[in-house]
Amino acid sequence: MITEVGHFALVLALVVAAAQGTLPLIGAHRGIESWTAIAKPAAVVQFILLTIAFLALMQAFVVSDFSVLNVFQNSHTEKPLPYKISGVWGNHEGSLLLWVLILALFGAAVAVFGTNLPPGLRARVIAVQGLVGVGFLLFLLFTSNPFTRLIPAPFEGRGLNPLLQDPGLAFHPPFLYLGYVGFSVAFSFAIAALLEGRLDAAWARWVRPWTLAAWMFLTVGIGLGSWWAYYELGWGGWWFWDPVENASFMPWLAGTALLHSAIVVEKRDTLKAWTVLLAILAFSLSLLGTFIVRSGVLNSVHSFASDPTRGLFILGFLVLVTGGSLTLFAIRAPVLKSGGLFAPVSREGALVFNNLLLASALATVLLGTLYPMLLDAVSGEKVTVGPPYFNATFGPLMVPLLALMAVGPLIPWKRADLGAVLSRLKFMIAVTAVAALAVWYFQAGGPVLAILGMALGVWLVAGAVAELALRLKFGRASLHDTLARARNLPRSAYGAALAHGGVGLVLLGITGSLAWQVESLQVMAPGTLATVGPYEFEFLGARGAPGPNYSAVKGTFRISRAGREIGVMEAETRDFTTPPMTTTEAGTRPTAGGDLYAVIGEPDGRGGFATRLYYKPLINLLWLGGLVMVLGALVSLSDRRHRVGAPARKRSRSPVKAAPLPSGA
Amino acid sequence: MRRVKPKYQRLYLLLAALAVLGVAVGLMLSAFEENLVFFNSPTDIQEKEIGTDRRFRLGGLVEENSVRRDADGLTTRFRVTDLINSVEVRFTGMLPDLFSEGQGVVTEGRLDASGIFIATEVLAKHDENYIPAEVAEALKKSGQWRGPGSGAE
Repeated sequence: MITEVGHFALVLALVVAAAQGTLPLIGAHRGIESWTAIAKPAAVVQFILLTIAFLALMQAFVVSDFSVLNVFQNSHTEKPLPYKISGVWGNHEGSLLLWVLILALFGAAVAVFGTNLPPGLRARVIAVQGLVGVGFLLFLLFTSNPFTRLIPAPFEGRGLNPLLQDPGLAFHPPFLYLGYVGFSVAFSFAIAALLEGRLDAAWARWVRPWTLAAWMFLTVGIGLGSWWAYYELGWGGWWFWDPVENASFMPWLAGTALLHSAIVVEKRDTLKAWTVLLAILAFSLSLLGTFIVRSGVLNSVHSFASDPTRGLFILGFLVLVTGGSLTLFAIRAPVLKSGGLFAPVSREGALVFNNLLLASALATVLLGTLYPMLLDAVSGEKVTVGPPYFNATFGPLMVPLLALMAVGPLIPWKRADLGAVLSRLKFMIAVTAVAALAVWYFQAGGPVLAILGMALGVWLVAGAVAELALRLKFGRASLHDTLARARNLPRSAYGAALAHGGVGLVLLGITGSLAWQVESLQVMAPGTLATVGPYEFEFLGARGAPGPNYSAVKGTFRISRAGREIGVMEAETRDFTTPPMTTTEAGTRPTAGGDLYAVIGEPDGRGGFATRLYYKPLINLLWLGGLVMVLGALVSLSDRRHRVGAPARKRSRSPVKAAPLPSGA
Repeated sequence: MRRVKPKYQRLYLLLAALAVLGVAVGLMLSAFEENLVFFNSPTDIQEKEIGTDRRFRLGGLVEENSVRRDADGLTTRFRVTDLINSVEVRFTGMLPDLFSEGQGVVTEGRLDASGIFIATEVLAKHDENYIPAEVAEALKKSGQWRGPGSGAE
């Protein structure tokens, strides 16, 4: 019964979305106010209906109602409750339902919080959200209905893929979707601006917090996925340039570029057409990511579906949305007149450079990701493009980007004196030079690239510190004055410095764990010792341990450094019964210098086990840096000027001119 | 300081864009060709002349009764088959959890001079019912496909 209610709510949501996607557009175009006014209630009602549908599906999973096909295929009575719930989105149909639910959530959020948007713009934004929703709801209802019944109901379900039964992965999809779908708001704003033929600083001010929120969620989602791959797959890596990873990374790159170009639109009233293009691109790449992951063109733990009609539908939808919006862009973009001029050496110049490099890096990832699929489609030839390609193209493009990233915030708007900018860099140059020399001295013959990576990482962190110090006049004004400045400095400035510093930490983590990782592969019987870098692992033996719906083998290692014991760590393999499958749970142990990482494999039949042990220096900084980036976004979002609704009353009356900004944020 | 004229601004932007794009295209061209990893079935290896210098992926089923472990406990030898031809594979390292005889497998590496495939990676990201698309393709080519759409069963 509840299942039918959910199904019915889903159908009603489609009807409401159709109304939401058409009437306000016509109303805004023709000036029919009563039609425009439908936007807000429609967006809210659509969200409520989809929430009902989602809860109905969740209820079916929680009580293990196997008369619902989806539950039968993806759940099992013995599964722990949290994974019954995460199982709702751990499959094709449910994850798409989550997608539309989040889409409706963003639509409703614009409707509720956007009370001070110009009514025409708001109606158009909500309508475009509605149209995207129509596409996805049609897809759900006609090819991927999560509420399909199975009669007679089987006694037991097939279970969820054990790889997905993991806390890191349980929350990976919702965050990823919040990011993907979050870009739909920027997209809707872009389409609405093209339809209106008007785009001003207020527009950018509206788009920025939504984009920042989406970017933050996407960062969390990618981080969780990466962390999961690190400890769950047991390969010791955290990024494989797998098409599925690239699918989430490409919108992230486009979103990062958008985040920066929108600043230029807001502050300097220029780069408008480019920003609109980026907004279209970011969301199109989110759709492309959904297509890649959901269509079954890939074989991995992500592709639940291999039904060709689904792939065709998403591909068609992708072509329609991307093609349609790019066509609209081509027709209407010339209307968007750009204002402010700037010299090559200026904040705008630096942000343009940032965008050029991000866009080029995006292009290299896109080519490497799509080429194998296109070749397969055209000639049937199976190829893969491996990590070496991405390292050789993406890496070199990142070097100038990262180098400039620390300098950009120190350059004034419009035009800057190169000498004055360089003189501001003295502190950073000194710190970086010391760091580079220290790395060169201590690593004694290690890879040269490691020096570059470490230097760039330190450069970025130093740059973030230098920027804040400069803003606060630290050491050049009285302490009292500096503290007063610290209070008055907008939170978005702290946020940006945190995010940039976070990238520096990530880079240090990447470099350290790549350049100085020690790996050791051996068979260990109880009592055997293995030396991994500065650490010694003693294998203490393995024992069986039962889990809720699996049985595990746990191997224990005693760790010591320079003869002194520092603790024990465990690595695990788990044998699941439904579906029958074995998973690896790597053991990790953080130390001050980095992670120790252990994987236990098959027994050799003579009391020994194959083991793989790693010492991964500085990898903690990778996760820490990701957290700092997210924290930066949060701090920035809490800025009064970004707070949705609060600052806009004055602006909606004089929307063209950006308000003067304190200390050139 | 000099005032920026609109046409100079456009010129600067264009030049910067071209420069960055040029670098990106150059990087792509130089890295692309040598990093393409092709997929071959055991029959492809019989039929094509594949040198020892080229990395590629070999996929098929792990032949029944072919898995042997060396005395070091870490090196595994097995044969990958498309049920027409088979190739001897050697791999040192930990096999994925799902590796077993009769199951689909994709390996990456190179041939050595004696025709043994030295795998540096053995991939298996699928569950026990699942056959990787490449493997299915290899079996279809060799006419040994027994899965959906084969007419058998």
